[in-house]
Amino acid sequence: MASIEMSHIVKQYGDGYPAVNDVSLDIADGEFMILVGPSGCGKSTLLRMIVGLEDITSGDMVIAGDRVNDKAPRDRNLSMVFQNYALYPHLSVYENIAFPLRLAKVPDEEVRKRVEEAASVLELKEHLQRKPANLSGGQRQRVAMGRAIVRAADAFLFDEPLSNLDAKLRGQMRTEIARLQRRLGITTVYVTHDQTEAMTLGDRVCVLRKGVIQQVASPRELYEQPVNLFVAGFIGSPPMNFLPATVEGTALSTPFGQVELGQERAEKVKGHELLLVGIRPEYFEDASLVDEAKKPHGSTFTARVDVTEWLGDAQYAYIPYEAPEEVAAQLKELSRELDSDQLRTQAVVSIDSTSRIREGREAEFWLDTRKIHVFDPKTGENLTRDAEAGRKLTEMAAEDRVDQVERAKV
Amino acid sequence: MSTREKVGWGIGGLIIIVYCLFPVAWIISLSFKSSDDIANGQFLPTAFSGENYEQILVGDAAGLFLPALVNSFGICLIATFISCLLSMFAAYAIARLEFPGKKLILSTALAVAIFPVISIVTPLFNLWRQIGLYNTWPGLIIPYLSLTLPISIWTLSAFFREIPWEMEQAAQVDGATPWQAFRKVIVPLAAPGVFTTAIIAFFLAWNDFVYGISLTSTEAARPVPAALGLFSGASQFESPNGPIAAAAVIVTIPVVLLVLLFQRRIVAGLTNGAVKG
Ligand SMILES: Nc1ncnc2c1ncn2[C@@H]1O[C@H](COP(=O)(O)OP(=O)(O)O)[C@@H](O)[C@H]1O
Ligand SMILES: [Mg+2]
Repeated sequence: MASIEMSHIVKQYGDGYPAVNDVSLDIADGEFMILVGPSGCGKSTLLRMIVGLEDITSGDMVIAGDRVNDKAPRDRNLSMVFQNYALYPHLSVYENIAFPLRLAKVPDEEVRKRVEEAASVLELKEHLQRKPANLSGGQRQRVAMGRAIVRAADAFLFDEPLSNLDAKLRGQMRTEIARLQRRLGITTVYVTHDQTEAMTLGDRVCVLRKGVIQQVASPRELYEQPVNLFVAGFIGSPPMNFLPATVEGTALSTPFGQVELGQERAEKVKGHELLLVGIRPEYFEDASLVDEAKKPHGSTFTARVDVTEWLGDAQYAYIPYEAPEEVAAQLKELSRELDSDQLRTQAVVSIDSTSRIREGREAEFWLDTRKIHVFDPKTGENLTRDAEAGRKLTEMAAEDRVDQVERAKV
Repeated sequence: MSTREKVGWGIGGLIIIVYCLFPVAWIISLSFKSSDDIANGQFLPTAFSGENYEQILVGDAAGLFLPALVNSFGICLIATFISCLLSMFAAYAIARLEFPGKKLILSTALAVAIFPVISIVTPLFNLWRQIGLYNTWPGLIIPYLSLTLPISIWTLSAFFREIPWEMEQAAQVDGATPWQAFRKVIVPLAAPGVFTTAIIAFFLAWNDFVYGISLTSTEAARPVPAALGLFSGASQFESPNGPIAAAAVIVTIPVVLLVLLFQRRIVAGLTNGAVKG
């Protein structure tokens, strides 16, 4: 059990490019921390510096109160699950799991006890004598986890552990990992570029961009109070829509008509010529299906629908809009950076699955203006972020975690 | 594959096998012909005779052949062992570490491997005589290392490169020292590579003729290929083809045995399952 504290961690590879740049992050004892970001943003590098496989260029890495910068991996007492599992192919499943114990010269009887315990937690009992080559992807994944939990490590580190599994198995293993972490209550750092994993697993999520931390917060805070365009665009699927807008009094004029901000928020966005409004797909609705009581909280507009996608439980409509040259270029750049491949400026709108809105026609939509955010396109900063509300969301998550750990222990 | 294709491949394969094995079969048949039967003008001996084997194992030629056999085995095994050990460390460093002069080592190894043996054997002969290595086991083991090391380093470093870095890193995170990671993870994984390399190195040394004939003078160190060249017939007018064929068959046996014994290990793709499948 240990906390992990990083202060001003920098990593420069041979070519001088800072893969991780001035990262300061405190991970509490027993916390489940997610590192997330598009590929190449330095997640793995940061994780490997924690475990000791990569030298730290500058900054301090403190684990359980000790500065470990110059310690070898074996002296840090952490365990890690690699993306490709890195099982030892010449050893049986039993010996793979027992490997850390063998190195620590644990007596045979104790080894047997602990391996069998780990194997039963991970449902590997009937496979103990097999070689990794003969196992399925999911089983290999569990062997790698077994090797990590068999030893009383101070923290678990995962580097995209589920990315090689198919979607169904990934869902299963995800809940498995969550349950295991709660049960063992061990500090965990988990690298992923998967939205769902980031949102569902973590107590807190750290969003990285080009080696720089953007925001560290609970999934809810990230979703509802993102600090900037990058975080807002990265978290959420389908992603947040960004529409160009200009201020007119206390309202914004957007391609989808006037959007009323109210006095307080209007104050915050004053003095900017061109703005970007961020609207999540689910803030829209088919206007004909909205409660009369709810209607005053938003605005209605009509637009021509390009494409609709009906998914059974949900329905998406795509609405193209015109954007000024500079905004369009910036949005394109952003979506490229976020690894998404949005080619045209169009809004994704989530509407009720019973909606009769069809493609190619004009339709009336309702837009909930309470939760929208306004961004400065130049700096990407979120102008309407409510830091206080965000802090509350993250505090709530922390309380939930304490509660869950208590329950899991009983 | 259609039946026609299968038949085509079968016939093709058969032709190649016959082409490759014919000389071997011929030598075997020759080794069973008695001295007056050698020129019988047919492929098979008129009557199978153990005369040639008798001659090289217990008869006149035994004095020449048996010590040579011992020399060959001893010298080649020692040379193979040393070369595997050295090349294992060298190749590991080449595959894993970034250090100045890495390219130089690899290209020097290649240059040594293609350097014609015949051009260094004369100076070596003079040198060995002066420092007392002429006609000794070490006097052959050292040049054999120059034959076997380059190829061993090349093949082994290719094998080491195939082993994912993460294997070792996983071991280190699990609590292994770099040496433990090497011994408990890398060496077992590289075992098929080491076997392959050992066999190649052994063959290279085993097949050498030039060093063997030039750097030895008596049965103290003379290896089999050189000894074969010194076989003589029962009389001046008789060619020693029979005994030579018999000796050739005997020296081929260990080679065939080696390959049969270790082919499973060589072929076994041990790294299967190390990473995602
Ligand atoms: N061994 C290395 N040498 C040089 N650059 C590297 C090395 N490993 C990673 N990088 C660079 O560091 C950056 C971060 O890489 P990484 O941490 O693997 O990203 P992620 O895991 O987030 O996809 C990338 O730009 C990558 O090109
Ligand atoms: Mg990575």
